[in-house]
Amino acid sequence: MRFGPLLTANLFRKKTRFVLTIGSFAVALFLFGFLAAVRGAFSQGVEVAGADRLVVINRTAIIQPLPLSYRDRILRIPGVKEVTHDNWFGGVYQDERNFFPQFVIDVEHQRKVYPELAVPEDQWQAFVKDRQGAVVGAATAKRFGWKVGDRIPIRGVIYPGAWEFNLDGIYHGTRKQDDESQLWFQWDYLEEKRPAFTKGLAGWYTVKIDSPDNALRIAKAIDNEFDNSSYETHTDTESNFAAGWVKQFGNIQFLILTIGSVVFFTLLLVTGNTMAIAVRERTGELAVLKAVGYSDRFVLAFVMTESLVIALIGGLLGLGLAKAFELLLTVVKTPINTVLPFFYIPTTALLTGVATALAIGIVSGFLPAVGAMRLRVVDALRRV
Amino acid sequence: MAIPVIYNLRSVRARWDSAVVAVLGIAGTVGVFIAMLSLANGFRATLVSSGSPGNAMVFRSGSTSEMDSTVSLEEVRLIEEASGVARSAQGPLVTAEVVVIAPFPLRSTGTDANVQVRGVSAKALEVRSNVKITEGRFFNPGLAELIVGRNAAQSYSGLTLGNTVKFGGGNWKVVGVFDAGGSAFDSEVWCDVGILNRLYHRPENMFGSLTVHLSSPDALRQFKDAVTSNKQLTVDVSREVDYYDKQSQTLSLLIKILGGIVAAIMGIGAIFGALNTMYSAVAERGREIATMRALGFGGPSVVISFVIEALLISFVGGALGALAVLPLNGLTTGAMNWQTFSHLAFAFRITPPLLLMGVAFALLMGIVGGLPPAIRAARRPVAAALRSL
Amino acid sequence: MVRVDGQSNSPSLIQVRDLDKKYQRGSEEIHVLQGLNLDVAKGEFVAFMGPSGSGKTTLLNLLGGLDVPSKGTVTVDGDEITHMSRSKLTEWRARHVGFVFQMYNLIPVLTAFQNVELPLLLTKLSKSERRQHVETALHVVGLSDRMHHYPRQLSGGQEQRVTIARAIVSDPTFLLCDEPTGDLDRKSADEIMELILQLVRQHGKTVLMVTHDPVVAQRADTTLYLEKGALVGTGAPEAFSYGGAR
Repeated sequence: MRFGPLLTANLFRKKTRFVLTIGSFAVALFLFGFLAAVRGAFSQGVEVAGADRLVVINRTAIIQPLPLSYRDRILRIPGVKEVTHDNWFGGVYQDERNFFPQFVIDVEHQRKVYPELAVPEDQWQAFVKDRQGAVVGAATAKRFGWKVGDRIPIRGVIYPGAWEFNLDGIYHGTRKQDDESQLWFQWDYLEEKRPAFTKGLAGWYTVKIDSPDNALRIAKAIDNEFDNSSYETHTDTESNFAAGWVKQFGNIQFLILTIGSVVFFTLLLVTGNTMAIAVRERTGELAVLKAVGYSDRFVLAFVMTESLVIALIGGLLGLGLAKAFELLLTVVKTPINTVLPFFYIPTTALLTGVATALAIGIVSGFLPAVGAMRLRVVDALRRV
Repeated sequence: MAIPVIYNLRSVRARWDSAVVAVLGIAGTVGVFIAMLSLANGFRATLVSSGSPGNAMVFRSGSTSEMDSTVSLEEVRLIEEASGVARSAQGPLVTAEVVVIAPFPLRSTGTDANVQVRGVSAKALEVRSNVKITEGRFFNPGLAELIVGRNAAQSYSGLTLGNTVKFGGGNWKVVGVFDAGGSAFDSEVWCDVGILNRLYHRPENMFGSLTVHLSSPDALRQFKDAVTSNKQLTVDVSREVDYYDKQSQTLSLLIKILGGIVAAIMGIGAIFGALNTMYSAVAERGREIATMRALGFGGPSVVISFVIEALLISFVGGALGALAVLPLNGLTTGAMNWQTFSHLAFAFRITPPLLLMGVAFALLMGIVGGLPPAIRAARRPVAAALRSL
Repeated sequence: MVRVDGQSNSPSLIQVRDLDKKYQRGSEEIHVLQGLNLDVAKGEFVAFMGPSGSGKTTLLNLLGGLDVPSKGTVTVDGDEITHMSRSKLTEWRARHVGFVFQMYNLIPVLTAFQNVELPLLLTKLSKSERRQHVETALHVVGLSDRMHHYPRQLSGGQEQRVTIARAIVSDPTFLLCDEPTGDLDRKSADEIMELILQLVRQHGKTVLMVTHDPVVAQRADTTLYLEKGALVGTGAPEAFSYGGAR
């Protein structure tokens, strides 16, 4: 572009200022990416929830169990395609800080209800045959350096005692945001080792239904089935369930929005001010450009373009660093891993970030650009 | 020779729009910094104040919290007789309790939150001296009656005095409200332990944990030895304050780490803003600076002068940020305590040391943002500066 | 041929009739130019002089299409510019006028070459065509060897020569110079005047120049004085007095 040299020459006019302004954008957008990941970590469950899955828990409290006999009764309800049951194990691997979720699963039906969590067929078959077998998510396996064939000791807390498992398989999520941190082991193994009075009870059921449109009807039907029994149920879609969970975490959304707004508002001020100063310094030059025949609109576009270029470069830099940080976390272990084992910046967030950076570039460059456009040569060149 | 500060004050006033930008940048950072720390502070304070140094908690060996521990009635009897336990006219000051969670709708969102429900014995108030009934009365043992913590009454719908609520498959009448001095208990609902056990299909004579009032805080060692050496017991003992301290760790750590990262990032941004402002100041005042130096003010005086100016701006920013977040103090919010899966109400807690830290952070940003431009100002050759327009 | 009586019959390159310019300063209305007439033929070199505040720069701005008059007309090479829209005026300026101001002429972050090229970027010329024109212009002003220097690497006189190169690069109808030597030392000022004369004599350029320096004005073919809002007199500057310090 023929005006390229003019544009770049002006951008680099004051190198320090250029670096600082780009730096401000980079910092703000890095924070944006970071906050997007935090938000994602908290609401991860909601995003991966299957639209065609329902969760059935004990109406009294989530920690209360449901009888295994409920399985067949749920299956008989029209619209129900498959049912699987789970239990929360909640054990400790070496140190309480090494937390990762452990589930006792119904081996026969798990994969039909959660098809997105994939295990190589040979590994799965080995697992099915191994009473003490376990399947672990790729993220956790990587975290502790586990390989198929390892023996994994877990200290039971809810079910006390020393439990040991053979790592028979590693599962991968087929979608980017799937949770790859879980450990699964056989229901039969739990039944064998748990105290008598807890046998025959499941933590909750996950139900696969024929269509998301029928979710409400089927959920009601399930709850009606077990009304007035000693184990009444509460059924909801998986996403509602996860969303409710997130809401309890506290008003994270609000907190993040507030911080984000404060940061972007400040960025706007800083860059707006910088652009204003940059234009003010060049009044004489801009006047000469206009005298020589550059139109008012050209000058407007010129200043706006400067602002946008800075915003774009700074924005991409910041988001790029955030992505790099995300990759770093998967390689290096930091205290952050314990509190946020799942740190991922979705592509939509990256795009939103770029758009936001450009928007700020437009707004901060607007007033100075209009000022430059309105500049009258005669006034600007008036000698003192 | 020192450059008079009045010069800095007037200069800042003349370029007030740039100064305002730097001030706001720093104010925003300091505000967020203090807010996040006071959030962690408040959360921790709530939990830690739940514990009293004169109380001990007894769990089954190896459990990590009240919810996954079980203690039998026989064990309770044995522990009651151990040395170190305080006694009153009613007998040993020991309360055997069961903690579960129950869903109640949050007033703020309408969706359910998991509330910690504690089945307690009649001696609960005696053992926990920081808890007092402020409205109504304690429940009658054996009846389906509830008393609720003041935060619980405010955060969840339906828990007002005289109301009947349905949970656990039974109807309960709210007969009292208690104040637990801003601790975690303020977010709890208490009822009779026997009835709770029955409704949650738990074995009749199984409890979750015991809270014991020690004869004196120093009696912990004695009590612990007596209990752990008894072969018929498989339990752990810890001081109540230590238990709650540990409970608060995960979320506290999370808030501190996240808050720290956010504040650090914002701090860098604020420093950029300050640098920008100060560099422009140096650029725009090139001739003034050169004139001053020609007049005889040495390089160091110029540096100090600019640093002072930067500190003035950042101090104002810090103070502004601190004042802006002050209204948050005491504001209650709620979060889930990950270790117990239950919802906990707590308040932002801003203390004078925290405010000072915020202002110190601001001054730090001011120095980092003011020093490089100041040095550049002092270094520019006088003649060149005077010549440039 | 230069006339200020407005009575010329033949069309000249620059023709001004009954020019009036008023503007507000606070509560006062200042009537800077009143009933000003001017005819300038092609190839003339005219200097405008007058006391400070007499309206010399205002006149130049009006002639250059940088401002619009309150009354009257300005016609350049047949185009009446007084009623042109702002955008048309901008286009007109690009093609017909070369400006040389006292200062702020050059963009400091661009080289001499790039500065001279600026007016050409608005045209449809290709990169190599532009380069040809720029090199020619810089050659004319004698700065071929400093093409890629930045303004800060040039002396005041050299900077003004680059400015002149830029002013002529698009072959404008006429050049407008507002105190072109105001900021220069005597020697550089002389060089610039030599250059302008060369442009007039050898390249047939038409130059209108505002100056307060009688030595500079002397080099022009005609000197006109601004008095009471209109132009008066032609001839040597010594023949007229100013009634006060310059």
